[in-house]
Formats: sequence, structure tokens, C-alpha cells
Amino acid sequence: MSEAYIFDAVRTPRGKGKSTGTLHEVTALSLATQVLQAIRDRNNLDTSKVDDVVFGCVSPVGEQGGDITRIAVINADYAESVAGVQIDRFCASGLEACNMAAAKVKSGEADMVIGGGVESMSRIPMGAAGGSWATDPTIAMKSYFTPQGVGADLIATKYGFTRTDVDAYAVQSQQRAAAAWKEGRFKKSIVPVKDQLGLTLLDRDEHMRPDTTMQSLGSLEPAFTVQGEQMPGFDEVIKQRYPEVEDVMHVHHAGNSSGIVDGASAVLIGTKEMGKALGLKARAKILGGASIGSEPAIMLTGPEFVTAKLLKKLGMTTKDIDLWELNEAFASVVLRWVQALELDMAKVNVNGGAIAMGHPLGATGGMIVGTMVDELERADKERALITLCVGAGMGTAMVIERV
Amino acid sequence: MENFKFELDEDGIAVFTFDVPGRSMNTITAGVMKELPQIVEQIKTDPKIKGAVLTSGKASGFCAGADLGEMGSNAAQSTASAEDRLRAAFEGSHSMNRVLRSLETCGKSVACALEGLALGGGLEIALATHYRVAADNPKIQFGLPESKVGLLPGAGGTQRLPRLIGVQNAAMMILQGTSKNATEAKALGFINDVVEPGQTLRAAKKWLKGTPDAVQPWDKKGYRVKDGPYSPGGGMAFVGGNAVLMKQSYGNYPAQKHIMSCLYEGIQVPMDAALRIESRYFVKTLQTPQARAMIRSLFLSMQELSKGANRPEGFAKYEIKKVAVIGAGFMGAGVSYVQAMAGIETVLLDTTIEGAEKGKAYSKKLLDKRVSRGQMTQEKADATLALIKTTTSYDDVKGADFVVEAVFENREIKAEVTKQAEAQLAAGAVFGSNTSTLPITGLAEASVRPENFIGVHFFSPVDKMGLVELILGKKTSQETVAKAIDYVLKIKKTPIVVNDSRGFYTSRIVGTFIGEGLAMLGEGIKPAIIENIGKMAGMPVGPLSLNDEVALDLSWKIREQTKKDLGGAYKATPVDGVIEKMVVDLQRFGRKNGKGFYDYPAEGKKKLWPGITDIVATKVAECPPDLKAELIKRILYIQSLETARCFEEGILTSARDADIGSILGWGFAPYTGGTASLIDGVGVKKFVEECDALAAKYGDRFKPNALLREMAEKGETFYGRYGSEKVKQAA
Repeated sequence: MSEAYIFDAVRTPRGKGKSTGTLHEVTALSLATQVLQAIRDRNNLDTSKVDDVVFGCVSPVGEQGGDITRIAVINADYAESVAGVQIDRFCASGLEACNMAAAKVKSGEADMVIGGGVESMSRIPMGAAGGSWATDPTIAMKSYFTPQGVGADLIATKYGFTRTDVDAYAVQSQQRAAAAWKEGRFKKSIVPVKDQLGLTLLDRDEHMRPDTTMQSLGSLEPAFTVQGEQMPGFDEVIKQRYPEVEDVMHVHHAGNSSGIVDGASAVLIGTKEMGKALGLKARAKILGGASIGSEPAIMLTGPEFVTAKLLKKLGMTTKDIDLWELNEAFASVVLRWVQALELDMAKVNVNGGAIAMGHPLGATGGMIVGTMVDELERADKERALITLCVGAGMGTAMVIERV
Repeated sequence: MENFKFELDEDGIAVFTFDVPGRSMNTITAGVMKELPQIVEQIKTDPKIKGAVLTSGKASGFCAGADLGEMGSNAAQSTASAEDRLRAAFEGSHSMNRVLRSLETCGKSVACALEGLALGGGLEIALATHYRVAADNPKIQFGLPESKVGLLPGAGGTQRLPRLIGVQNAAMMILQGTSKNATEAKALGFINDVVEPGQTLRAAKKWLKGTPDAVQPWDKKGYRVKDGPYSPGGGMAFVGGNAVLMKQSYGNYPAQKHIMSCLYEGIQVPMDAALRIESRYFVKTLQTPQARAMIRSLFLSMQELSKGANRPEGFAKYEIKKVAVIGAGFMGAGVSYVQAMAGIETVLLDTTIEGAEKGKAYSKKLLDKRVSRGQMTQEKADATLALIKTTTSYDDVKGADFVVEAVFENREIKAEVTKQAEAQLAAGAVFGSNTSTLPITGLAEASVRPENFIGVHFFSPVDKMGLVELILGKKTSQETVAKAIDYVLKIKKTPIVVNDSRGFYTSRIVGTFIGEGLAMLGEGIKPAIIENIGKMAGMPVGPLSLNDEVALDLSWKIREQTKKDLGGAYKATPVDGVIEKMVVDLQRFGRKNGKGFYDYPAEGKKKLWPGITDIVATKVAECPPDLKAELIKRILYIQSLETARCFEEGILTSARDADIGSILGWGFAPYTGGTASLIDGVGVKKFVEECDALAAKYGDRFKPNALLREMAEKGETFYGRYGSEKVKQAA
């Protein structure tokens, strides 16, 4: 079996995911096209050697529908022979795309594959793709369907994180992200988004609020109180799965949850041999990847279990990992993961995360793979574990090692 | 045709008048089912018929739906699930949908003239016509109440109603089983027109003449459902609907879930497929033990008992004009109110006139509320209140046909009241003692006429609770039972009849429910788990809440009294110490002094008292599904098991009374059909095995009694052994 190496990773900056966001006037196809062009151009890539492109996208309808990956491949003027596939593992789609790219390489099916993803949340809103989980009574009731925000609040309640705890984590995310930008820690990966004239439209993550304080967060009302306690009252639904909870404490709000943003990412993954043939230098080795299912109602506890699964598979312990990256879907998700695995917060999400910079659903996984590749090199570390919590109760993870 | 009269007028309008012979109300019997296809065939093929009207020959209305009596007896039989039987069940249940579908696609216009109510299958027939005109009378009800007895509308109701009035409106109407009057129905969109009473037939004919070949909206070309689950506005109706349903029913009612599925799956496909989906879910629902038990208990048994099914035969109806209520506390006040509402002259006696007046004021408060809500006129309220006469003198008891003694639970006081009241009573008058725990035979010792003495156990609050538990002392006569049942029916309550013992039936079983919750507490199970489990089991509140409501000091006093009474025979439980500490050391008496297992803040909702974990350390802090299932089982089984013991001891003699008593008395999980039905639903043999397993784990209180073992051995059921026919024979 071959080994899978990461040769490069790029991402767009993240635009605010609303009609006033800078990237709202850029199509999802254009975002996907631009990262594909960037990773080609800066590596002088002979695209005819690329077998396939795997992109995550969570709302594959409208302009994001109809296998946007293949359409972007054509639009980016790649060789006609390059295939493209769009996949959906909810929030982990981008990482799953990289894991699948790596698996194709390792199995020998492919020699060079691009993973990553795209999501324009301002243009195709979250939930636009529908889905039966919440709607079809046969599954909604059986699995105690509860929206993720209430699930995140339940995690805080069940594992003892107060409003102060989750807000403090959010402030830390903002501070770390601001410091990382200030020190230029993202500059290796960021490719500015260009407009129709080729002029730079956005070159910074525009969702960040570096001046966030405990006081400024303290004034925000919890976001999930109404749907939890009143209409339709999901607290009473999820308590049927977790009868040990008397009342769900609603602690999450826009300031300690991941931001809604637009963006795209691409990660170039292949065999050492093909890399050599194309004159590429390997930056990291993908040691392994894994996914797991976890209890769907609370939904967001999967990272703990997929981390354990992957480390066991690789014969490692938490001591073997230098840097930990968990997508900041909600503050409680990270706090629980750190608590369950007894991690050192100093090594977790060192450059901030989605609370500060936003979470462009399908693209995020690929983005944080790039962040870790950059950080291993910058900080001179060996290994990083990247993971995300996933809708309907799943976790996806990858371990990489600097070459 | 037996059930429909046919007429053809000079304009070619056929009128089919629905009139089931020998019944006051039309229901869809097997005979009706046979004739409906003939009607459709006739409309379709007879060239003289230009259009047709369905109407009713009954003053009571158009049709009250399916004959649940027939359905109940079918339901009781089939438990097999072989593929052939399923197929046959589907064909049987789908036949009505086929007929009504052929009616609405027969090519000619069909109208329905509704002078009176149309419920369930009755409304479903109407919905399958092209035009419904109803008489303008706010009392006439239109609705689909099937879910109230554990069923779903199986003749197109779940498909035609949402297409007429929208998914969300239809979901609310069908899930809650609520009815609408003609004006409301027209506003919603399932009645086309409202006319003066007596004019519906004429209006229907007029419409038919103007609309010769009507087509249902859903059969028109280009028809599209606007609020399907994946339409922009429709999704939330399902997401929210599913959640609300889970919140309210804890997923315990298959019919409710299946109604949602009928709406969700059916609304996405054309009508023919939609009706097949509905028929499948109808069969699926009917096959659940919940539906069978609910039809029997909530419909058939309720109907029987409210008609006096337990009344011994051979005694003339007892006319009750005057009743004395002794003791004007909360119970006495409530009893006075329901009596006055039933038009009974009521004497409300207490030791002080202030006390008696305070009791009467309760009626005034309730009557004022009715007036302010427009449910009653001021004149009627005044006349009702005037029926209650307050007094401190036993002279006023004279002439009473019935006495309800509702004084403090103390043998001496009760004996004194008995003596004083009986001195004033005519020979045939009945003395009823409202006690929740004290054995009646003992209380009757104070009576000079113990054959006229009976226990009349009301439930609190009396104006809301529908049950009265009649307790027979050793000497209570059959005539007294008949008179007491006449009294209970007169005040519009449902009577069950039980034999004497400490706590009788209801209080005794409720005690085991609370006791099991306390046992869990003693095991170190987190209080929130115990409370949530109680509700998920289908009980109205958790056991700790209930204990707070009945008062912890009262529980403690009862335990102390029982200890004293039983002496060495008393079995101490692990939580006796907990209750003692709560009551004696910490003065936590329950809701009444604002602190018990819960804290009751002046503002906001009650919260479990965190200090309880200092008395009993929490050992079980999480509740995964396996544990949840076992705890729910414990909560329910302990009550059914105690019910089985009541049968063995002769306290209960009827499965029907056990079931209805449990559902009406303390809200025992209605989806099970009641404490006795639960065992039949599980199967006695399996129930015994499961109880044995629970006993091995949690103690002897779960050991099945000899009766259960015998029944398991013989393959008997409670309804087989203690069914209503048997009771009648025994009586």
C-alpha cells in the first residue's frame, strides 16, 4: 500500500455569510474554481496527473448542486481527464474529502487527488438541502431529533460548563485568531478571492472580532432558549434521551458558536512518487483517518470517540500528538473534548478557530488541515490531530505528521 | 338497502338518506360498509342520476363514525401477524378508502347535506364528497376524534383534511381529536357553506344543479400541495410537530406517531397512493396493544361504566334530591359544587358557619369563572349556588337521600359524625364516607345501619376528577351499591366498585408508585432521572412530585400509623429514614410549606432540592436507554403487580374497574389501557417472568403473587378471568 502525502494546502479567506458579506457576490462555483486554480498555479501542477478532486459541500442544491466539484474542475481549466465528486458528511465534509482523497491514494486507485470543499452560506443557506431527519416522523421521534444548538447546550449542562466557561473559551478563540493573523501564521495558505476583473476582493477573514471581551459577550442573549424551552420545546425531547438532566442550561449564542461564513479550500494529496515526478515537495504525511457514529440527539460528542478510535488504530496515545485541532462548532464541543481526553488547552486550536473566523461548512475540514500543516512547520512540531463534530452524531478525524 | 333511503327528484338529483335502523345515531356498521359501494355504483351507472346528495334521517346528526364496538371485538381477537393476515387486514381496512375514492371519482357531482354532527368516519365520508353544506348551529361538531381512543382516521381523513385546510391545521385537529362547529369549519376550509338549519338539502341540490361534474381539488390537473415537508413553508410544521408530539406524548402513543407519518408520507404523493399509506398505518396502529387497550378502556369501558354497568339489577332507580355533605374542607367543598351543578339540593355542614361558608365560597369561585368565560349565565350561576345551604346543625340533614361525610381522616371524628347524621336520616338513606385510606368495615361499626354504609372515595380536585371509587364494607347491601351508583352517575362521575381494605384499590396502588420512586432514590438514582422516568412512563407527574403534592408529612404519618397498626408485620424500607429526616429534622413537608423534594420559589418553576443528595448520595447519575427501559418498567409493573394482588385479595373483581380506576383516578399511563390491561398486553406469562427478574434484582416487592402464577400457568388473561360478563354472573 502507498503512503499519502500532503504537498500543499490553500484556502480562501472567510467572508461573512450574509448579504452584506464581501463574498456574497461571488458564486460558490467561483470560490471552488479559485482554490483549484491557486493550488495548480503555485505548484505549477500538471493537472493531467490529477486523478480526481473530492470536495465537501453540505448544501448541494442550486449553484452548489449537481456535483459542483466536477463543474469547478472544468471551470478551473484543469485537464479534461480530471474527475470530480461532491460529498457530504455535514460539518466534516471537507476533512472527509481529504480522508477519501488519501484513501484513494493509499489504495492505489489514484496517484494524485485534491481534497477540500466549498460552501457559500450567504448564497445557499444552511439547511437548504432539506433532509428527512427532523421532518420524517419515523426517524425524528425515534432518535429524539434536537437541533445542534440545543445539543451543544446539553453538552454544557451535562458536563458542567457554565456560561462563563463557554464565553471565556470564545474570547480565547478570538485572541488566538487575532494573534495568528498578526503574526502572519495563515499567510502560507491564504489565497485572496478575486473579482471578475481579477482584482482582490477579500484577503482577510472578515468575521473576526478581536476586541471581544467577557463583558461584550455577556450582553448576548442565549440563542437556543426559545426553540429549547418554548416552541417547539426541544429540551423536553432531548431530556427523554438524557433523563438525568432536570433543565437544559442555554449558554450558547452567536459569540461562542461558529460563525456563518463563505469560503473554499483545497489540499493536494498524492503518493511520494507522483510528487517527485511532478517536482513537488511533501510537507506532511497522512498517518491515518477515521470516522465514527455517536449518539445523534446530543449530536456533537463524536470527536472524543473518533479521536480515541484513530489513536488506537495508529497505536498512539494523546502524548504522541503535539497539536490538536477541533472545529469550534460550539464552545462546549471543544471544552468537552479537552475534558474527556484530558488535553492541554495550550496545544488545542492554537490559532483560534471557527468561533472567531467562521465555519464554511463543507470547506472547513480542508481549511484546518492546511492550518495544521502550516503550524507544524512554523512551530517545529511533529504530529497534529484534526477533527470535527458532525451532524446526526458523528466524528471524523485525521492525523498528520510533518515530513 | 337497509341503512340508506333512496329518492330521485325531478331534476335527477338522487338523495341518499343515511338512517341505520334501530339506532339513535348513525354509525358505520358492517351493514353500512356493504351498502356504500352499491350507492357509488348506482350514482355512477344510473343515467337518470345527474348528481347525488348524502344526508341523514337522524335528528342526532349525520354520522358519529365507525362502530368501535365492532372494531373493539375484532381488535380483541387478532394477535397473529402472519403475512396473509396482514394482507387481509390491509384489504379490509382499505376497502372503505376504495369506496370513498370511487365516490369522489365517480364522474358525477356528490354533495353532503349536514344538518347535524359528522365525526370520525362520518366526517370522512363527507370529505369524500365534492361539496359539504352544514346547518348554522354552533353546537354541531365536525371532527376526527379517533386519536383519543388510540386510533387514526382510516377513511381518508389524514389525506383529505390536510389538502383542504393545510398540514398544520389538520395535524392539530387530528392529533388532538378536536372538533369544530360549522362556522369554524368553513373558515378553516373543510365545510363549503353554512346555511340556516333545515336548508342544507336545498342548498346541496342548488349547488349540484350548478356544478354537474365536480372534481376534487386534488384530482384537478396541475394540483400541487403547497405545504409539503420540503416546501419552503411546510418543513417547520413537521419539525415542530414532531417535537411537540414527543414533548407531549413521550412517544408512548403509536396512533399519534402514525398520524404524523400519514401526513408526512401521504402529502407527498397523489391521493390513491396516499390512501394506501393511510390504510397501512391504520392497520399498523390497530395491531398495537396500545390501540386495542385504549379502544377497550377509553371508549367501551368508559361508556359501559358511565351507563351504570356495575349497578346491581333489581332495584328501582334511586331519586336523589337532597344530599348532605359533612365537612366543608377542600373535598367537601368540591363535592358540594358538583352536586349543585347536577341540580341537587345540598346541605353543607361544618363545625362553624365560617367553615361552611368558606366551603361554599369555593363553588362561588368556580361559578364566577364559568360566567366570566361565557359558559353560564349569571342567573343560572346564582340558582346553582342557591342550591347549597350552609349549616352547623344536624337538623338540616333531615330529609337527605344521601350523606357524604368528608371530615378529617380520624376514626373517632368520623364515628361521631356517623352517629349524629344517622339520627336524622330516613331508613333508606345512604351514608357515604369519603375516605382515601381507612377501611370501610371498621368505619361502619359506628353505624346503626351498616348495610346502608358505603365508602365514596372522591379524587381531588373533585370538580376536575372524573372517578368515584365506591368501597363496599362487609355489610354493605346490594341496594346501597345501586343507590350509590345512581348518586355517582347523577353528579356525572364514573363509578368503580371495589371491596374493602386499607387504601382500597386506588390509594394503595398510588402508594406503590410513590414507593417505587422512593426506592429508586434510596438506591442512589439521581432525582432528575426518577422524575423524568415517571413522566416518560406515562404518569402525569414524577413520583417525587406526587409525594410533594400529597405532602411528605402525611406520607410519614401514614407510615407511622401503618407501623403501629401492623406491628411486627411492618416491613421497613430503605427510604423510611429519608422521609423521617425530611419531615422530622428538616421540616420539608412538600408543596404545602414550599419545600419538599422540590423547592418552590415564589417566582419561576419548582426545582429539585439540591440538598437531597446530602441525605442520599447519588450513585447513578446517567440514564442510558437500557436503564431507562428498566426504570420505566419498574414504575409501571409495581402498580400492575399490586393491582394483581388486589384481585387475589378480592378487593378488585373486574378488570374493567381496575383499568378505569387507574386511568381516571391517578392518571396511570393511558396508552396501556390501565393497570390490568398492561398485564394482558405484556402477557401474563411474560409479566410473571419479568417480575421474577425484577424481584431477584430489587427485592420481594416484585415477586408475582399466586394468582398471577396460576393465570400464567393456565394461559389466562385478566379480561378473560375478570371480564365484565363474569362479574355480572357472579353478582
